[in-house]
Amino acid sequence: MTETVIAHDASAVTTKTVEIDSHAINFGPQHPAAHGVLRLILEMDGEVVERADPHIGLLHRGTEKLIEYKSYLQANPYFDRLDYVSPMAQEHAYVLAVERLAGIEVPERALWIRTLFDEITRVLNHLLNVTTYALDVGAITPSLWGFEEREKLMEFYEAASGARLHANYYRPGGVNRDLPAGLAERIAEWAETFPKFIDEIEELLTGNRIWKQRTVDIGVMSAEQALAWGFAGPCLRASGVPWDLRRSQPYAMYDRVTFQVPVGRNGDCYDRYLVRVAEMRESTRIIKQCLEQMKPGPVKVLDHKFSPPSRAEMKRSMEALIHHFKLFTEGFHVPPGATYAAVESPKGEFAVYLVADGTNRPYRCKIRPTGFAHLQAVDVMSRRHMLADAVAIIGSLDIVFGEIDR
Amino acid sequence: MAEQPSESLPAVPLVEQVGGIPGVLAVAVEFGQVVARARTDAVVPIMQTLRDDPRFAFEQMMDLCGVDWPERPERFEVVYNLLSVSLNQRLRVIVTTDGATPVPSVCTIWPVATWWEREAWDLYGIVFSGQSDLRRILTDYGFEGHPLRKDFPLSGYVQVRYDEERKQVVNEPVTLTQDFRNFDFLSPWEAITSLPGDEKAHAARLAAQKEAKP
Repeated sequence: MTETVIAHDASAVTTKTVEIDSHAINFGPQHPAAHGVLRLILEMDGEVVERADPHIGLLHRGTEKLIEYKSYLQANPYFDRLDYVSPMAQEHAYVLAVERLAGIEVPERALWIRTLFDEITRVLNHLLNVTTYALDVGAITPSLWGFEEREKLMEFYEAASGARLHANYYRPGGVNRDLPAGLAERIAEWAETFPKFIDEIEELLTGNRIWKQRTVDIGVMSAEQALAWGFAGPCLRASGVPWDLRRSQPYAMYDRVTFQVPVGRNGDCYDRYLVRVAEMRESTRIIKQCLEQMKPGPVKVLDHKFSPPSRAEMKRSMEALIHHFKLFTEGFHVPPGATYAAVESPKGEFAVYLVADGTNRPYRCKIRPTGFAHLQAVDVMSRRHMLADAVAIIGSLDIVFGEIDR
Repeated sequence: MAEQPSESLPAVPLVEQVGGIPGVLAVAVEFGQVVARARTDAVVPIMQTLRDDPRFAFEQMMDLCGVDWPERPERFEVVYNLLSVSLNQRLRVIVTTDGATPVPSVCTIWPVATWWEREAWDLYGIVFSGQSDLRRILTDYGFEGHPLRKDFPLSGYVQVRYDEERKQVVNEPVTLTQDFRNFDFLSPWEAITSLPGDEKAHAARLAAQKEAKP
């Protein structure tokens, strides 16, 4: 590109031509601000981004293909490994799809537990995103504080499911087991103290001059653009579209709790941050309501075609033993049909399009990752922005490659 | 937003309205979701109507995916999952194609379609006409074949490793140290629910099931 510089001289006007190098740079696949293995090819004009071409698939593991070769129960753990910072929300989409096709009624307590853990997952995810996003644009302290808080939440995960990250806790027909004694009290205790922690994070960032300089008016998406580019979740709400699946198409127990849906106004990186922070406060409210309204009862469907009989029962009943054996070798058969089950995962609409052919394995299990659509829009969002802004944009989109690449 | 009805909207009017669009072959409600089957060559005008007509207002295309049915004459289904945030409704549009016939691209209607179509091309080999950017997206650079087709083996054809002597990454044919095990659970006994001479007990069981259901 050539640029003409006109020097105003007192006597004459002289013209000189300056060559500015237009070149492409390779951002990633190993870059700490790429949130995983993103290879972003940026065509630059000096320090201004002209075009961004994300190359994905470096973490492709063929999850959808593998699921076609597993029984319905064996497919469940794959969903933890997609977006590994919000595992249970994704299991939720899968179990919803299976339950709808197989016609399973889930007991009430299981629905409460799912709502509770969906919200714990949301806080887990937003804590990671907000703090590492701050890390990307140069603030280290939030991530140090935030990870301590995440550790507490992962202990709740561990207490309920036995694993800190890859929970494999939800089951078609309920959840794997009931909450251990004392966990509800510990979560309630945490929910009391957590809003104070959000205040501390906000003190560090919300009014921070450097933070605002890096995020305000960066990567602006209008509501029309956000809709056309398939945005969902906090990124869509930051653009001013009041859309939340928990409110408009409720699943689990979301129609029995009250919460606000935070909506942004400008659709820039700063609004996306603000929406996530506000959502963490709302999640804490939902968690408290879940704990108040939860009543003792069964946590999975009593039909032993779908859930295993208790250990004690198996020792005495031949039928229970057969059920157990059949469930864990052959699994259950799902009648033919197809359904699209979507949940409001922390990142947006996470959905499973499940096609069953009447056998014990899914015929096709399409996973609709949220970040896939968001990442595609990096090109339009980062045009005519500085290179450093591209980092802020990627951070604000909350991208995790486990789900994008599948 | 707070006064939104908690149950999903009645799907019946949408069924009739979608059925009236030219090019739509059949509309049905499956598991509470509206599913329309359409002619492949009419995809673009149908989608244009679905987005711009205020009765439908499907501002968002949430998902596009392929499904492979090798035994059918047109083996691929392309499934579009649409969402209207203003009317709070969903619609699934399904078209079929074979390996060679291209499906018209909808990337001019929803720009998000580009990557979904690239994915369907990459994993199934479905061609989209009018799509200028039909590169592979999820598989490796230089990958051959379409891995989600039913005739593509789970293990793939090549394996990749780093060769210490040649100091480079090499591709080799797949060798499995243990045979690939694919269990068939479709027992011939499964279909028989009534034994000859046992009709009475079977009828009683059916009645009991019917009673337990509602």
